[in-house]
Amino acid sequence: MSTHYLPEGLPTPSSGPDGLAAPYWEGTRAGKLRIQKCNGCKAWQWGPEWVCHRCHSFDLGWEDIQGHGRIYSYERPHHPVHSALNGHGPYIAVLVELPAYGNIRMVGNLLGDPLQTVPIGGAVQAVFEPHDSATPPYTLVQWRLV
Amino acid sequence: MADRTLRGKTAIAGIGETIYYKHGQSPHSEFKLALQAIVKACEDAGISPHDIDGFASYGNDRSDGPRLAAALGVKELKFSNMFWGGGGGGVCGAVGNASAAVATGMADCVVAFRSLAQGQYARYGRSGAAAAVMGEDAFLFPYGVMSPAQRFAMKITRFMHDHGIRQEALRGIALACYHHAQKNPNAVMRGRELDEEKYDASRWIVEPFHHLYDCCQENDGSAAVIVVPADRAKDMAKKPAYVMACGQGGDHRSAAPVHNMPNYPSSHFGKLAPRLYEMAKMSPSDMGIVQCYENFTGGVLMSLIEHGMVKPEEANEFLVKDNLIVEGGRMPLNTSGGNLAECYMHGLELVIESVRQIRGTAINQVKKNDAAIIMGGPMVTPVSSLILGSEATL
Ligand SMILES: [Zn+2]
Repeated sequence: MSTHYLPEGLPTPSSGPDGLAAPYWEGTRAGKLRIQKCNGCKAWQWGPEWVCHRCHSFDLGWEDIQGHGRIYSYERPHHPVHSALNGHGPYIAVLVELPAYGNIRMVGNLLGDPLQTVPIGGAVQAVFEPHDSATPPYTLVQWRLV
Repeated sequence: MADRTLRGKTAIAGIGETIYYKHGQSPHSEFKLALQAIVKACEDAGISPHDIDGFASYGNDRSDGPRLAAALGVKELKFSNMFWGGGGGGVCGAVGNASAAVATGMADCVVAFRSLAQGQYARYGRSGAAAAVMGEDAFLFPYGVMSPAQRFAMKITRFMHDHGIRQEALRGIALACYHHAQKNPNAVMRGRELDEEKYDASRWIVEPFHHLYDCCQENDGSAAVIVVPADRAKDMAKKPAYVMACGQGGDHRSAAPVHNMPNYPSSHFGKLAPRLYEMAKMSPSDMGIVQCYENFTGGVLMSLIEHGMVKPEEANEFLVKDNLIVEGGRMPLNTSGGNLAECYMHGLELVIESVRQIRGTAINQVKKNDAAIIMGGPMVTPVSSLILGSEATL
């Protein structure tokens, strides 16, 4: 059984030529979840950006965080929009809010039965999903109910 | 300083549409479709295309304004404008930008248009096969969050959850759009009636809340409107539809990446709508003509609420077909069929329908036809909306 929630062949993440998101993807490879924290005003920021939206400092650091969150919203796509998903059936994407980190939100899949009832507000824990045989290898962050 | 407003300074004097085609069925190129719609709009206005002096569009329209100007033999190009953002968020903004140019004397006769022949280019509802994705997409695509339906569904899920709104409210919206398309000869969904059973039985695109009939089609075609100064419009061929107000924009950080906009469960009209009504010096109850862009019916729901047309606590009760159709409905909605059932012309067909309603020449004519509100591109950012009015509203 595959250790990946979705089939192989979906687009793979890249930090891109500007490298803005590179610390995040390097972190997930090492089993760390990290997001931006402003060294000027200490605001948490996600997704990555070059400047702090609060104090306009360009001195943004990256900080390892605990992967504890709660489900803010969800969806269960049925219609496949990518050839890798043809015939796969429904799956669950969740929008997870992280109350300990300024309520920033992350998107991932909810592990387990794709037909399960999804509780909005339910507590979830981050789970690393390595794709070691991809070129280059990458690691996604998924979520499971706790 | 003079009053800083668009109110009553410009008018839509001409409208033009091509035949609307199913996705990929246009026998004409996208650029030719744009030309056809613009020439028709000029004929309707009783002017020569040589006298257009500006172009405004949105959604990264591929029909380049300066090339259109050359093709049409425009004497002098004075305004060339593209509204940032994808989808139909800019539909009303393009008309507003055209109006701003005309009201300030930058140009005298500006066409706002949209042209789409998606068969010639990538579809919206199909994701590209690109192996590596970067930027925000890197945080969404690997999780199967790719298409517009998938990117917006979680906003709707949360909004419905917060307000206790049921699927049936979305069904009412879809049924009204399909109903109005049945008498419209240019509607792609003419002859394809929709009833409750068919809606309920339709397959899920994205659960919860997005059945097949909650999602827009993809189509080919083009539409255009001609914007001129108000004092010129009153002497032209057709009854003017005056631009009473336009608003565009987004809430605080509405484009924050990876679903981090602070006001998440929103169509992003919450701040814009009060500005719009203030400029028009009108209120939601003045709007006899209501046109709302359906990318998804959940977007319509949120737009109607954020524009004050429906209260969230009344949405379940109010959003039923009988209230939304022209035959006796309290708030006829998308009277030509809209994006869902007339044509997904990224909302410009809604602007054109509003002009026909104000003129009194619509197929599904409403009685209270002095003021129209058009809401463009819910949930994307930036969004835009527009109020048009007859002479009586000036
Ligand atoms: Zn800061």
